[in-house]
Amino acid sequence: MHILKNSNIDFLRWRWHALALSWVIILAGIAVIATRGIPRGVEFAGGTVVIERFDQAVSVQQVRSALDQYYPNGGQNAVVQAYDDPARRMVLIRVPQVGAESGASLSVTAGQVEDALRKANLGAFQRQGAEIVSATVGRELERKGLTATVLSLVGILLYLAFRFQFSFGVGAVIATIHDLLITFAFLAFFQYDLSLNVIAAILTMSGYSTNDTIVIFDRVRENLRSMRRDSLNDVINASINQTLGRTIITGGLTLLTVLALFLFGGEVLKGFAFTMIVGIVTGTYSSVFIAAAVVSFWRGSGPTRAAAHAPASTTTAPQQPQRRSKPQRKARAS
Amino acid sequence: MPNLRWKLATIILVFIAFAAVGVYPLIAAWRGINSPAALMDKQLKLGLDLKGGVHLVLRVKTDDALRTETELEMERLREELMKRNVPVANMTVTDSAHFRVEGVPVDQAAAFRQAAAEVVTSFDRDSGTGGAFTFSMRPSVQATLRSDAVVQGRETIERRVNELGVTEPSIAQQGQNADQILVQLPGVTDVEHAKEIIRNTGLLELKIVEQGPSATREALLVNGQVPGGMEIVPGVASGDASGTVYYLVRKVAAVTGKDLRNARPTPDENNQPAVGFTLNNDGAQRFGKVTSENVGKQLAIILDGKVQSAPQIQTRINADGRITGSFTQEEVQNLALILRSGALSASMDYIEERTIGPTLGADSIRSGLIASLVGLLLVVIFMLIYYKLSGLNAVAALVFNLVIVLGLMAYVGAVMTLPGIAGFVLTMGIGVDSNVLIFERIKEELEAQRGVRASINAGFNRVFWTLFDTHIAALISCAFLFQFGTGPIRGFALTLFIGLISNLFTSIFVSKTLFELELASRGQVSTLSI
Repeated sequence: MHILKNSNIDFLRWRWHALALSWVIILAGIAVIATRGIPRGVEFAGGTVVIERFDQAVSVQQVRSALDQYYPNGGQNAVVQAYDDPARRMVLIRVPQVGAESGASLSVTAGQVEDALRKANLGAFQRQGAEIVSATVGRELERKGLTATVLSLVGILLYLAFRFQFSFGVGAVIATIHDLLITFAFLAFFQYDLSLNVIAAILTMSGYSTNDTIVIFDRVRENLRSMRRDSLNDVINASINQTLGRTIITGGLTLLTVLALFLFGGEVLKGFAFTMIVGIVTGTYSSVFIAAAVVSFWRGSGPTRAAAHAPASTTTAPQQPQRRSKPQRKARAS
Repeated sequence: MPNLRWKLATIILVFIAFAAVGVYPLIAAWRGINSPAALMDKQLKLGLDLKGGVHLVLRVKTDDALRTETELEMERLREELMKRNVPVANMTVTDSAHFRVEGVPVDQAAAFRQAAAEVVTSFDRDSGTGGAFTFSMRPSVQATLRSDAVVQGRETIERRVNELGVTEPSIAQQGQNADQILVQLPGVTDVEHAKEIIRNTGLLELKIVEQGPSATREALLVNGQVPGGMEIVPGVASGDASGTVYYLVRKVAAVTGKDLRNARPTPDENNQPAVGFTLNNDGAQRFGKVTSENVGKQLAIILDGKVQSAPQIQTRINADGRITGSFTQEEVQNLALILRSGALSASMDYIEERTIGPTLGADSIRSGLIASLVGLLLVVIFMLIYYKLSGLNAVAALVFNLVIVLGLMAYVGAVMTLPGIAGFVLTMGIGVDSNVLIFERIKEELEAQRGVRASINAGFNRVFWTLFDTHIAALISCAFLFQFGTGPIRGFALTLFIGLISNLFTSIFVSKTLFELELASRGQVSTLSI
């Protein structure tokens, strides 16, 4: 059985369209982030989250007005949502405040929220879970998250420069940065909270995207040896086409498992699964349309003489980066 | 084919070993099958987010420890100067690592320097104008004190948590300056009680009262100043728990919590809750001496800087004493526990607190399981339809992979968290990729009219370096994720990491052996179901 038989699509022809589409999404994302921002979860922003289970059904509106009336800081900055299946009568309440850091009073706000619910006579309720984080923790996490992302990108760039060529490393890293931007744009469109789980998903997804890119690059490396007379662009196109079946199947299967997480994984993993879904789609897209196009742009699209010095064997041990002659700046094929 | 036999034996052995460690204990625990303890001890542990419990992060105020040391050194110098008759105008602690001495007479400067050099060894000395000196704690001493304070805090918390009787607590240092302590208490529901016990400084000091109690602080001053070597400590007014009174006490404590050998709840003579304590030999000797010299005076029992009570010393007291005050039975229980576990040398703040109720945990387990099963099922169905019989091969490799992941996690004592389950599901998706890569390559080779055997070999050989590169790149980002992560994220990164490594083994070694097995059993092969 074949998903695709001998496809022969000129992917590089579409690179400018692809680039334009990506920019539209990224710019729209930036616009949304600039106006509405990406909501940050309590781990990053600090604050208090309590999850209460009520004995009688209560509406989000009732809880909100209880906070408006009785919570000392008012309810205007509170987030109130039904948690999990509405039939289970659980409500998540988030307020930006926490008790003073000094002393054992961090959880004062959680008590105040519960007092407000009690005063509003919403019936009995039990606390199912709570998360109280002081703002100082968030700043440290933000810095660490950023460092981890940058370091892992640099690590991948170095590894690919060592295993392939520098231009391949650049292509993979630019594709990954592209995926990060697109993912952030979608997080902003759908207003998912930036939480630790989402950060984990973003880092995993950048690994996945690189994975996809490497498979194609590996084929390019192999074909560069056998297709010496063809232009780099032809080699790239052939490579993408040859691996297209695998790209689609793997992308589709991973998407299926992540969809299962999104649909059945419960409330806590929603953000994680959403980020992964976006990441897998954009990761697959970028490794087909962006990564190799960057390599072609970086090296010029002329004949592949320079790379043809590579040993002919296809199953060699790690190949050292070839000394490149000046990239041939012939007329850019398009 | 002896070679193939060995490969098969290896695979079966590995499978049995990992299944015994990773899968069997889970099933045994679930179905209540009696099993050897050696197997059950290694059972994969559930994280707090699945089991329910309390997750607390405290930051140790290491400045406290420095300040205590600075004050101590300054007092030592004051005593030495008094002994040598070197007068100084003023001595003040300026911040946690510095103190300042003013008004050293010019003709006494040499004597002062000598005294300081002998007594104050962990500070650098700078001289200013007009007989002023600034003492700064050496950076190396500061670093040691800070890390000691955190370690001591962690150990104290460990003792207290053990006294609370929590099963499988986890207490660890973390954070950028390693000044945070993470406390995880599975199954604990009374958060406030646990928090109070953990954070309580528990500093007990017994000091001789020179004057008081007095209703105001000012009434205790001599010429508007606190007399040298003395300090004013607030306390609870007797009979009125909300009122505050003040005591003038000697700065040097007769004994402190460090001198305790034991503490336990005992009723006092009026049958009110109190805490009885026993001093160690050294403490008892000092206490006996101080009490016999001060019969008739009051002895202030100071807990965390607050006088709880100040009974009169009737006679010499040696090893045993009692802390009385207006305590409830519960407070007495807690106090005894805290005193037994020792005082914290620095106070702590809570900076993070999470509680997960048992219901939420159970919900997460259920939804995690459902998601895993659905994901697995979808992948299996697809592989069987698309790759036919070879798909079976991939499914076997996949199941093998999952068993190894569970087994390795149990073996290294990793904790399964909800994000860990997500990592597990993802491992299936990524793991099957290796098989897809190999199979697609085999298909290509078959189309190029190579024989079945040659195609399979070429498929595995050519894809090997691709798999190698993709896995190394994924491991790189995984390593940074682990290093960045706290708690649950580490669980996720670890699961993924283990999954990637075991996937290399299953997709290349196991899958290939299965193909070889099939070829060997069929002899002459001209077609492959793929």
